[in-house]
Amino acid sequence: MPSLKAFRTRINSVKSTQKITSAMKMVAASKLRRAQMQAEAARPYAERMERMLGALAASVQGSPTAPALLAGTGGEKTHLLIAVTADRGLAGAFNTNVGRATRQLAQALEREGKTVKILAVGRKGRDYLKREMGSRLIGDISYAGRKRIEFADAEEIGVRVTTMLGSGEFDVCTVIYNRFRSVISQVTTETRLVPAPMPEGAEAPAAGAAQAIYEFEPDEETILAKLLPQALAVQTYRALLESAAGEHAARMTAMDNATRNAGDMIKRLTLNYNRARQANITKELIEIISGAEAV
Amino acid sequence: MPLDLEIVSPEKLLLSRPVDMVVIPAAEGEMGVLPQHSPMILLLRGGTIRLYEGNNVTDQFYVAGGFAEITPERCTVLANEAIPLAEVSRSEGERRLAAAEAEYNAADKMDVPALDAAMDKMQSARAMIEAAQAA
Repeated sequence: MPSLKAFRTRINSVKSTQKITSAMKMVAASKLRRAQMQAEAARPYAERMERMLGALAASVQGSPTAPALLAGTGGEKTHLLIAVTADRGLAGAFNTNVGRATRQLAQALEREGKTVKILAVGRKGRDYLKREMGSRLIGDISYAGRKRIEFADAEEIGVRVTTMLGSGEFDVCTVIYNRFRSVISQVTTETRLVPAPMPEGAEAPAAGAAQAIYEFEPDEETILAKLLPQALAVQTYRALLESAAGEHAARMTAMDNATRNAGDMIKRLTLNYNRARQANITKELIEIISGAEAV
Repeated sequence: MPLDLEIVSPEKLLLSRPVDMVVIPAAEGEMGVLPQHSPMILLLRGGTIRLYEGNNVTDQFYVAGGFAEITPERCTVLANEAIPLAEVSRSEGERRLAAAEAEYNAADKMDVPALDAAMDKMQSARAMIEAAQAA
């Protein structure tokens, strides 16, 4: 049985840990709310962009001059994986999930004889992937120390991806990120960016004939050439925002658990401390009584 | 019958309200859109969007470029960036113009897409300066 002093120090140290985790939980909760609002504000643009892309894609479908961003390069030899993780840890399995999903996907693709390149967004993912598959890592981007993610950040990634596609460095591009489903559940999701996935209903205009008779100015291809990189940036932006919201949600849950565990531990330690204290008192009493009897 | 106008930037929905007419800076010239316009998808250049109610301009926004979708009932502007005219800053426009000119001069003269992109940026920056002067 450890001494009373040892118990006291241990209880105090667990108490300060609990204070830290509960403060982190509070911070994560308020950041989560902000991230959710930002994600919500970005939704209208993405929705309208998708509608426009649907109309355009339907009208250039099957045309041999369709741009590579829409139709792909024709091959699927080289895959580019963009892994979106957080810059900080202490968020439960948040970062590990993306890292593991990326590694599994990369290994599956390599078994099929394809080449894999990885772009890591976020410091945690970079560290993990550098350790696990350093030879495939072609670059990393980090937003550490940034208050919020701007659309320009997503645009930057978009430009980088478009340039790489232009110089034939990959054929298929997939982004792997944690989709924010609810505060307690973030789903690791793989979304294909290039070739652009067809928005639903693009093949058969469901909203009646009105959908199909748009006029275009200047012409479809010019608009498409501008719209596709923008659509790519929008999708990347969405992945970044979802991941940011997911990160704060994951940290909130993780810190909530940690706070509760610390509480349980304090309870257990206090019980043991009191037992030890009583045992000490009893022992001293016995000593006094037996001493008195001996006289 | 009014026209439902929406101005959306990637970061948020800026404006959504009915107007009588809107003038948008299409890539091939300014274009007035009235209700019952035939469906169109347009490319925008840098310029000013003007909202009309009756014959009066009620609001003006500077857009740096983007796209617009027009149907008989509504007009959706997807702007890369949209700022109310009163808040457009001239110095920012000049800074962008200088950056775009530097980019143009630095670009390889044989690299047509890069030159085009730089030209678009210059045009958009000039429109921003003009917008700041008009405000």
